Amino acid sequence: MHPQRKNRLILILFVVIGLGSAVGLLMYSLSQNIDLFMTPTQIANGEVNQGQTIRAGGLVVDDSVVRSDDGLKVSFDITDGAMNVTVEYDGILPDLFREGQGIVAMGKVDSRKVMVASEVLAKHDEEYMPPEVQYALDSAHQEGVKNLQKNAAEKAQGTKADALQKSQLQTSTEKQY
Amino acid sequence: MAAEYGHIALLIALAFACLQSFVPLVGAQTNRQWLMQYARPMALGQATFLTISFIALTYCFVVDDFSVSYVANNSNSLLPTLFKISAVWGAHEGSLLLWVLMLGLWGAAVALFSRSLPLDMVARVLAIMGMVGVGFILFTVFTSNPFDRSLPSIPVDGSDLNPLLQDFGLVIHPPTLYMGYVGFSVAFAFAIAALLGGRLDAAWARWSRPWTTAAWVFLTLGIALGSWWAYYELGWGGWWFWDPVENASLMPWLVGTALIHSLAVTEKRGIFKSWTVLLAISAFSLSLLGTFLVRSGVLTSVHAFASDPERGVFILALLGLCVGGSLTVFALKAPTVSSAGKFKLLSREGFLLANNALLVIAALTILLGTLYPLIVDFISGEKLSVGAAWFNTMFVPLASALTALAGMGALSRWKVMSGKLLLAQISGAIVIAIIVATAFPLVYAGEMNFKVAFGLFIATLLIAIMLGDIWRKSKGQLSRFSKLGLSYWGMVFAHLGIAIMVIGVTVVSNFSVEKALKMSPGETASLSGYDFKFAQVGELQGPNYIAQVGVFEITKNGENVATLNAEKRQYKVKGSMMTEAAIDAGLFRDIYVSMGEPLADGAWAMRLQVKAFMRWVWLGAIFMAFGGSLAILDKRYRIRAKSV
Repeated sequence: MHPQRKNRLILILFVVIGLGSAVGLLMYSLSQNIDLFMTPTQIANGEVNQGQTIRAGGLVVDDSVVRSDDGLKVSFDITDGAMNVTVEYDGILPDLFREGQGIVAMGKVDSRKVMVASEVLAKHDEEYMPPEVQYALDSAHQEGVKNLQKNAAEKAQGTKADALQKSQLQTSTEKQY
Repeated sequence: MAAEYGHIALLIALAFACLQSFVPLVGAQTNRQWLMQYARPMALGQATFLTISFIALTYCFVVDDFSVSYVANNSNSLLPTLFKISAVWGAHEGSLLLWVLMLGLWGAAVALFSRSLPLDMVARVLAIMGMVGVGFILFTVFTSNPFDRSLPSIPVDGSDLNPLLQDFGLVIHPPTLYMGYVGFSVAFAFAIAALLGGRLDAAWARWSRPWTTAAWVFLTLGIALGSWWAYYELGWGGWWFWDPVENASLMPWLVGTALIHSLAVTEKRGIFKSWTVLLAISAFSLSLLGTFLVRSGVLTSVHAFASDPERGVFILALLGLCVGGSLTVFALKAPTVSSAGKFKLLSREGFLLANNALLVIAALTILLGTLYPLIVDFISGEKLSVGAAWFNTMFVPLASALTALAGMGALSRWKVMSGKLLLAQISGAIVIAIIVATAFPLVYAGEMNFKVAFGLFIATLLIAIMLGDIWRKSKGQLSRFSKLGLSYWGMVFAHLGIAIMVIGVTVVSNFSVEKALKMSPGETASLSGYDFKFAQVGELQGPNYIAQVGVFEITKNGENVATLNAEKRQYKVKGSMMTEAAIDAGLFRDIYVSMGEPLADGAWAMRLQVKAFMRWVWLGAIFMAFGGSLAILDKRYRIRAKSV
C-alpha cells in the first residue's frame, strides 16, 4: 500500500475507534446517571429498588400534608388516581406547592415504600401540568380501565383467562425490568 | 384597531421577506445588478413593518385591549406599565414576534453597514436572511398569531402575567438572548452566501467576523442575565441548573465561540474554511433547535410553555429545511473550496484546533444529555431525566482543558511555535498560579481543597499569561498600550473574563454555605460568621400584590452589615405565591435570605445562604462581552469602507 494512503487509513481508524469509544463511554455514563420516572402505582407495587434515586410525580392528596412541630419536616401523599404514595421531605417547599397541585419529587424509596425526597418541584404556572405528572395520571387511568375490562372478562370466562392474563403480565414485566 | 394594523403590518413584512428571499438571489446568480439592488430596500422595509407590528402589539398591552386574546391571557389592568411592555414577550406568540423582529433588525443592520461589501455578497446574504424570515413570519401568522381577537366575548380584565415574569429580568433577558440567538443567522447567511458565490476566502471571513462576534456578545450577556435572574427570582439561589432550555442556549454559545476562533484562523491563514462554514451552520441550527425545544414543550423545563404539537411540528420542519438545505449547499459547493497552508501541531493553529475540538465536543455532549430523555422515551417509552451531576462530570473537565490551553494558544505564533520559547514565556505564570492555587483555599477557608486549588490554578495561569503577554508586547510602557489594537485588547478581556468566571464557579460551588430552618421573629441564626436576626414580619401593599416582609438584621462580630427585607408575595389576580429573595451583594460574598412557607405560631421556614464569589460568575461574562465589543470596534474591519 502507498505509505501516504496507509497513514491516512491509520488516521481514519484512530478517529473511528476514538469517536466510538467516546460515544460508548458517554452512553454508559448516561445510563448510570439517569433518574427514572416512576408513577405512584409503580412505587406502591414495589417496582422500585431500594436506594435507587427516582423521580415521582402526581397530585398532592387533599388533607394529607402533615408538618412536624420542630424544624421543616413535612410529609404528604401524592396520587395518580389509582394509588397513593407518602413523600417525606425536610426542607422548603416550592411556592406553588399546594393540595391538588401536580408536583414532581426526587428521592429514594425506603422499605416502608415511603419516598424520602431530596427535592420537590412544582411548576411556576398554575395552568401548566408537568408532562410527567400528566403521564402518571393517564397511565393510571388506562390501568384502571384495563382492570375493569379484565374483571369483566374474568367473570365471563372464568379462571382459564385469568391464568393466561397472569402469564402475559409476568412476561411483560420481565421484559421491562 | 391597533391589533388589525399590527396584523396587516406583519403580513406586509411577510411580503417584503418573500421578495427579499428570491429577487436578489436570482440577481446574484444571473449577475443582474438591478435585481441585486432590491436586497437592501426589501430588508429595510421588512424591518420597518415588523417594528410597526411590534409597536402595535405593545400598544394593545399598554392600553389594556383585552379583546385581543394574547393580551387578555398575559396582562392585567393592575400590572405596572413597564411589565405590560415586557409582557409582550412574556409568552409564546409575542416572544415569536420579538424573534422575527430581531431577525428583521439584524437584516436591516446588514443592509445599512455593508457598504464595503460587494453587491452580490450583500444580495445573497440578505436573500438567505429573507428565507429565514419567511419561515418564521409564516410560523407566527399561521400557528401563533398574537393579534387574534377573542370576539364577541371580551373579558373585563386580563388573567395576568405569570408573577415570576413580573420582574426586571423579563424586561432585558429575553431580548438580549434573542439578539444573540437570531444574530447567528447573519453568520449563517454569510457562510451560505460565500458557498453559493464560491468565494470562501479571507475577505469573507473578515466580513463575517464582526457580525459573529456581535451575536456572540449578545448571547453571552443573555445567558448571564438569565442566570442572574434565576438566582434572585427563583428564590433558592441556584444560578445554573442544566435545564434543557439553558442547555439550548449554551450549545449555540459553545459552537459560536468555536466559530469566532475558527474564523480567526480562516481570515489570517486561509485554512479551516469548510470547518468554519460547518460551524456557522451548526451555530444557527442549534439556535433553531433551542427555539424548537422551548416552543414545542417536548421537554420538562421551567421554561416550557403549555405544549402545542402543531407548533412543534412546524418548527421541526423549519429546522429540517434549514439544516437539510444548508448541508446540501455545503455538500455541493464545499469540495470546490480548497485549503492551502501547513502548520505544525505546536502553533497557534494547533491550539485553535484544540479549542474548536473541545468546544464542539462539549456542545455535542450537552446535546446528547439534553436529547437523551427524548430518545429513550421515543424508543422504549420510559420516562427519565439526566441529572445535573452528569452534566457537571462531563463539562467540567472539558472546560478546564479549554481554560488551561487558552493562554498558551494566545501566546503562540502562527505556523510553528518553539516549545522552549513557550515554556520560557509561561514558566513565571505557572509559578504564580501554583502559589495562588495553594494559598487561596488555605487562607480563605483554612483548609486544603483540591477542587478549588485546581480551578484557581487554571484561572490564575490564564490571567498571569495574559498579563505577561501585555507586558511583553508593550515592553512595559503604558504609551504602547494603544498601539496593540482593539482586537488584541478584546481577546485579552474575553480571556480574562473566562478566568474570572472559572474562579467564580469554582469558589461559589465549593465554599458557599446554606441552611434551611424554622425561625420565629426575634430569633437569630448564624452562618459562616454572620448572624442573621429575624427581626420582624411586616405587611407591604404592592401595586398588584400583598407581601409579607421578613426583616433581617445581618451582623458580623456585632457590627452591622446589612438590613434585608425578604418578601413573600401573593398576587391578587390569580392568588399565586411568589418568593422575593433579599440579597446583600458583594464582590466576595452574597448574603441571600428567602422566605419559605409560614408555619405554626408566627414562625417561618427560612433559607439563609452565604454565597462566596457569586458575582465573579457574571463579572466574567461582562468581561467577555466587553472584550467582544472591543474586537468589533477594531478599525481593520472598516479599512475597506474608507477606500471605497
